[in-house]
Amino acid sequence: MSVLVYCEHAGGKFKKSTFEVVSYAAEIAAMQGTSLTALSIGDVSNDELAILGKYGASKVLTVSNDRLKQFVNMAYGAVIADAAKSVQANVVVLSSSFSGKGLAPRVAVKLEAGLVDGAIALPDLSAGFKVRKTAFSGKAFADVEVTSAVKVIALIPNSYKVVEKPQSATIEAFNPAIDEKSFAAMVKEIVQASDKISLPEAELVVSAGRGLKGPENWGMVEELAGLLGAATACSKPVSDSHWRPHSEHVGQTGISISPNLYIAIGISGAIQHLAGVSSSKTIVVINKDPEAPFFKAADYGIVGDAFEVVPKLIEAIKKFKNTHG
Amino acid sequence: MKILVCISNVPDTTTKINFSADNKDLVTAGIQYIINPYDEIALTRALELTEASGGTVTVLNVGDPSTDPTIRKALAIGATDAVRINAAPRDAYFVAKQIASHAATGNYDLILTGRESIDYNGSQVAAMVGELLNIPSVSICKSLTVDGTNATLEREIEGGKEVITAPLPLVVSATEGMAEPRIPNMRGIMSARTKPLNVIEPVAVPQLTAIAGYDKPQSRSQVNLVDADKVDDLVNLLHTKAKVI
Repeated sequence: MSVLVYCEHAGGKFKKSTFEVVSYAAEIAAMQGTSLTALSIGDVSNDELAILGKYGASKVLTVSNDRLKQFVNMAYGAVIADAAKSVQANVVVLSSSFSGKGLAPRVAVKLEAGLVDGAIALPDLSAGFKVRKTAFSGKAFADVEVTSAVKVIALIPNSYKVVEKPQSATIEAFNPAIDEKSFAAMVKEIVQASDKISLPEAELVVSAGRGLKGPENWGMVEELAGLLGAATACSKPVSDSHWRPHSEHVGQTGISISPNLYIAIGISGAIQHLAGVSSSKTIVVINKDPEAPFFKAADYGIVGDAFEVVPKLIEAIKKFKNTHG
Repeated sequence: MKILVCISNVPDTTTKINFSADNKDLVTAGIQYIINPYDEIALTRALELTEASGGTVTVLNVGDPSTDPTIRKALAIGATDAVRINAAPRDAYFVAKQIASHAATGNYDLILTGRESIDYNGSQVAAMVGELLNIPSVSICKSLTVDGTNATLEREIEGGKEVITAPLPLVVSATEGMAEPRIPNMRGIMSARTKPLNVIEPVAVPQLTAIAGYDKPQSRSQVNLVDADKVDDLVNLLHTKAKVI
């Protein structure tokens, strides 16, 4: 038995969500008294790979192959399943990122393993192997019993804290044979909005709704987000009206997020919206309607016109940053 | 082009979710069921593709007879025919195995579904079907075009998008942006009654997961209202009390 964690990187650098999955997988390894092996695919320097040891990996497998420079779920899935077999992993952990969602099911099928995608907590090993995940798009949780010999878990970003557990990790090259057919899908282009903070991984999110009256009024939302180092988001009516891109829509039929701070401006708080943001740790609502349902699901609220409150909030944050560096 | 669209039957987005006293089952009384919204996007795109260059759209659902109204709605929106695999959708692996078993004999060029169902949020079925059929799959796509035997897709990634080309046959899961769902018209609703809905018995699948129980998030304590003229107080609370800035 052992635990394998797949470590996503962007341009050779591991992301915070990667350290989250490594910390999570290290804890599972400790719970079952086994070791943790980390797997990296693509070009990552040895210095960067060694960082994985800081979070509890005792071995790092690295697959460097020209064909695997870019993500193809079919080929990556085959590599991860092969690695799982080679280290006799009984638990495989991945991030439930956009790529992870297309990858974890392939790994699970190859290993005939039960998969929990959307995990938010460590497994309960007291009787069997139970993992808590979100269900009904944030309106509930489901405890999933995994009964197969091998288990695959895809962890939601921001749901598990990064924990340091230093190990001196040995780095080994891993070179599995990959079927040519696995490379049929090809990445032609990656379009990255470089100055944007990725919404599912963001720790702070500033979001706005129809109360802002039109796309031309988003300047203050972006200014506030920029000051805080937050990602921007919006409600469904806003993306349906094409005021903002669909990729910013948070809610039951958009993206579900769990940041430390969610600031909702001019969003009434329909049940579908609340579903997607209810696992935020702290929620601030700014709305001119004191009866807005969102106030019942918020930690802090300001009843007032967004066009007056938000500029004041921007000034207050600037002042705060000046005194707190 | 022959397209298979896999749909889930899910509670309407306005549904308040409640569970039985032992927290093992969803209370279904009074729930309106709909086509999973992401699956409806996939269905609409399938119809657009076949309208432009010919072909058929088959909808598939894994469910008991209670899902027939949802399947009929997909036929009313414009699908050519439908298949219902007669079994409760136990878990994603079970559903994917049923779809793959049907698709293996169906000669489909494209298998489409939504990025996830809004009830169990597994987001597993598309890539599992791809793996079971040993063909490519692309998950969470916001656009899909087909040119002959190749497809071009835009897939969402953190902070951007990826443009991908892949040969058919191909499995694709759809997200917002791929198409705008349509409302069925009267002609569609009338014709849906007579379109073929074939019921197939399921294949046996080993059980890998089971839901042990459900829980609901804790409701938040009373909101702390801050005066609109004292925004500094809010910043102070976020720093000292919530410790988020």
